[in-house]
Amino acid sequence: MTECLTIAMPKGRIFDDAVELLRAAHFQLPPEFDDNRKLILEVKEENIRFILAKPMDVATYVEQGVADIGIAGKDVMLEEERDVYELLDLKISPCYLATAGLPGTKLSDIAPRVASKYPNIASTFYREQGEQVEIIKLNGSIELAPMIGLAERIVDIVSTGQTLKENGLVEYEKIADITSRLIANPVSYRIKEKRISELVSRLAEVI
Amino acid sequence: MTKLFMFEKPIGMRDTLPILYGAKMKVRHRMLQEIKSWGYQMIETPALEYYETVGEASAILNQQLFKLLDQQGRSLVLRPDMTAPIARVAASKLLKKRIPLRLSYSANVYRAQQREGGRPAEFEQIGIECIGNSTVSGDAESIALLVSTLKVAGLHQFKISVGHVGFIQELLVYALKSESEAEQCRKFLFEKNYVGYRNYVSSLKLPYDVEECLLSLLKMRGLEEVFQIAKTVVNNEAGKKAIGELEDLWVQLHEYDVQDYVSFDLSLISHMSYYTGILFEVYAGSVGSPIGNGGRYDNLLNQFGYQAPATGFGLVMDRLLEALGEIEEENDVICIMFSKEQRKEAISLAKEMRESGEAVVLQDIDGVSDVQAYVKSFTTVNYLVNVQEESK
Repeated sequence: MTECLTIAMPKGRIFDDAVELLRAAHFQLPPEFDDNRKLILEVKEENIRFILAKPMDVATYVEQGVADIGIAGKDVMLEEERDVYELLDLKISPCYLATAGLPGTKLSDIAPRVASKYPNIASTFYREQGEQVEIIKLNGSIELAPMIGLAERIVDIVSTGQTLKENGLVEYEKIADITSRLIANPVSYRIKEKRISELVSRLAEVI
Repeated sequence: MTKLFMFEKPIGMRDTLPILYGAKMKVRHRMLQEIKSWGYQMIETPALEYYETVGEASAILNQQLFKLLDQQGRSLVLRPDMTAPIARVAASKLLKKRIPLRLSYSANVYRAQQREGGRPAEFEQIGIECIGNSTVSGDAESIALLVSTLKVAGLHQFKISVGHVGFIQELLVYALKSESEAEQCRKFLFEKNYVGYRNYVSSLKLPYDVEECLLSLLKMRGLEEVFQIAKTVVNNEAGKKAIGELEDLWVQLHEYDVQDYVSFDLSLISHMSYYTGILFEVYAGSVGSPIGNGGRYDNLLNQFGYQAPATGFGLVMDRLLEALGEIEEENDVICIMFSKEQRKEAISLAKEMRESGEAVVLQDIDGVSDVQAYVKSFTTVNYLVNVQEESK
């Protein structure tokens, strides 16, 4: 009997995409994960256990070793800089990180302010542009910030651009393309090398 | 800032309570005995060093150093590792006497932690340094001693991944012919970002065979079969020498009979930037980070003004204890409870028992308010109590 493999997954859309991908790679998963309030899902046939976490926390579970592997957006990887292996670009849930603001506005000369859910990424991006900005960390509905005058710019994920448009914002600079990545804990990557390598090559075939 | 509560400690600092201390001491003792039996001599160095010397030489990130100023205004650091201080002592004093030099240590090192909990800022490392030995036998000895040290500590399930920094360097420079591109590749490998590495390599628009060669690095994991792949990819002198060293090491690990614990991963790069050759990391299944690492560092002593090759390893005690699992509480302390009429007898009984090797607590019964509760923590209790006194 092989050891159980624990996979940390974000809830929601990425989970559905990832499950589809795993099915395509011939993993025997049940047709439906019915009870969607459960945080731990066991798949006995494959000896796999899924733990369902907030997207931002997936890399944390994997780094700490309570999950062997995980599926995390590149945005999380850039923001959190966790000590984990980034093994595979799963190419699911594509979107990108960009700066946005009200049309025809500039960063303030006196105290430029940027609101974001990603303070680390935002700060690195503006530093690289040679701008010293103040970062304001928000946890959601980032679009509000320029609308009510909290910040001139926001740094956020854009997938269709619909949310920006509906709130009268325009995109300024694109920062990075984002897709979901397969990540692994450095110790699990060695100790459970066989299972993880097998999973990686099966997934690589269907991407 | 809120006022500190009296129970608070600085971030990352931990107390070692008696149960853990006992377990730690036992494991440490066994490990140091084993290391000693291989002829390594213990050494101690100060906790404070100059930032300009040891601080700069150690491979720990600047922001992870605890810094302070001495009375002359010089910057000091709390030692972030033991390898750099030992290199300092060896280069300035010991090497003049005898080469090669085998030293070992058990000491606390300090690294400021920036993230949330789960990472101590002060932790004990046990390790060895073998200085002045440039042969592969030195590397093999490090790994073999690492295996037997872990075994005597009681750990049986662990895995050592071995790589070679020199090989990676040769492969990258050989394939890319550009130091800045090689640097970028190293950075991706160091960050364990294989996706980034692959994307970067394909963005360089290299000839097909060169690209294949760079990508094959990620596949060089396993046992001796990796040498074959490695040889087809790199065939310059320095690259061949690196592979030759690994082959030699593999033979020697069989001679030590420790090959079952070892596998190769030629893409391995350590956070310790001073490594120059063979390097390794140790993993135990239940712990999320490596429990130790080591390797060859042939240029570090040079920073202290003495050219000498060296190799060694360090194990993180906390992680090792975590890998060992549950600690059984052991309490073989005997209690002698006395009342003042029999104090003299109690003292001489205790002395006798201590001389025969027992641990004995001598407790005046008048000093205990709840005798029932107190004696529960001992397996054996001897009462030398005057009963009349008691009933009075």
